[in-house]
Amino acid sequence: MQTTTLFEKHQSLGATFTDFGGWNMPVRYGSDLDEHHAVRNSAGLFDISHMAEITILGDAGQFLDYAVVSKVSALADGRAKYTMICNADGGVIDDLIVYRIAAQDYLVIANASNRHAVVKALRERSIGFDVEIQDISDDYSLLAFQGPKSAEILQSLITPDYKGEKYDLSNLKYYAIAPAQVGGVAALIARTGYTGEDGFELLVSNSDAEKVWDLIASKGVTPCGLAARDTLRLEAGMPLYGHELESDLTPFEAGLEKIISFEKQFVGSESLEKRVGQTPSRKLYALKGEGRRAARADYEIFLPGGESPIGKVTSGVLSPTLGYPIAMAYLSGDLDLPVGSKLAADVRGTKVEYEVVAMPFYKRGR
Amino acid sequence: MTNPENLKYTKEHEWVLIEGDVATVGITRYAADALGEIVYVDLPKVGSNTSYMKICGEIESTKSVGELYAPMDGEVVEANTSLSGAPETINEDPYGAGWLVKIRYSSLPDLLSAADYNALTGE
Repeated sequence: MQTTTLFEKHQSLGATFTDFGGWNMPVRYGSDLDEHHAVRNSAGLFDISHMAEITILGDAGQFLDYAVVSKVSALADGRAKYTMICNADGGVIDDLIVYRIAAQDYLVIANASNRHAVVKALRERSIGFDVEIQDISDDYSLLAFQGPKSAEILQSLITPDYKGEKYDLSNLKYYAIAPAQVGGVAALIARTGYTGEDGFELLVSNSDAEKVWDLIASKGVTPCGLAARDTLRLEAGMPLYGHELESDLTPFEAGLEKIISFEKQFVGSESLEKRVGQTPSRKLYALKGEGRRAARADYEIFLPGGESPIGKVTSGVLSPTLGYPIAMAYLSGDLDLPVGSKLAADVRGTKVEYEVVAMPFYKRGR
Repeated sequence: MTNPENLKYTKEHEWVLIEGDVATVGITRYAADALGEIVYVDLPKVGSNTSYMKICGEIESTKSVGELYAPMDGEVVEANTSLSGAPETINEDPYGAGWLVKIRYSSLPDLLSAADYNALTGE
């Protein structure tokens, strides 16, 4: 199994580890619920260096417009977009965040488990484009610093750049990215995340990762593992590849077709365009349960009194913030189930009442 | 983490305290740590019968579900109802306030000593 640069740091903090996409990653340091609440109420720090970073230099905007479903050439410098890379059938190879650092310099963040599939697809698609694709994942670490207090704490750690100026994070909008100095270390700071809170993702070279981790941790920030990361993203209604997204699903099933731009040709555009206005075979729903027993991934969903399942849960948990069970589930596309529709989940032999709610489950106050 | 010497253990990571004809049952710290923070407990009803190695309850954390196997034949005489409002007690005090059920046993199977159980969990 692979480990990140910070593996020994996590060991020294007493982390419990789990295999995640071939990586031995911290699942929790102490209580995953405390870690979850720290991000909702204060701030938490995650090592997400297992994720893949790929830089595209040259005619990157034009190339990525062909390689991914969104029109990322339209991004302004320093802005980012959540998008997907699909196969020719429109199936999702991975979901990505694409950052435009500059016109000739884009950064793509992909899931750890899909790193090689994404790099391979990008390389194959680059024929005829004047681009250079570099998989820099092995040289860089990615830290996610998330929560309502993260901006204030991170600002206090920003040090002057070569011009003697301190970067002002209030200029960094949601889904924007900028270079800045953190404790004398060069970092790319993005205002992105996977928790539903305000927060940042910091890309630093491996040799600087421990210094930045320690600096943030020294401010009393809670280290958080993948267990909290999963409950946080689920409450925020964010999909996880392998659960809500798969190569046999298109963005339409996931309800994310709005990220597709049909103004341009891209790999999968022909297949996907045929699906516009059609009813997908499955649709992703947000469900809320009664009591405290959570329907988990692969549990079946039924209409009230129904005998045969109408679909399956893809992710489910007792929501730490909301106190009731929440789930995302793929249900038959033929059914039109408005918010409030009553359903039942088979929780290990017992039917538990669930109802359709609006996504996301949790939205932060502003 | 030390497993108390005065308790008996099962391979399913439960502990048993025998007092007269009643056995108090809980899960070990090893099991509680492996589950993560416990958020829901489903215990058998008082008066219900238990059968050796049959599932009689469930313990859920945010990440997983653990099944409670009855460590012996008998009848449930008490269930720790305080856990329904504070299931995390099992993580905090697995050998004390985090006990699960008391069973008036009709027969006792072979149970592991603390030393045997330590060997099983590699301690």
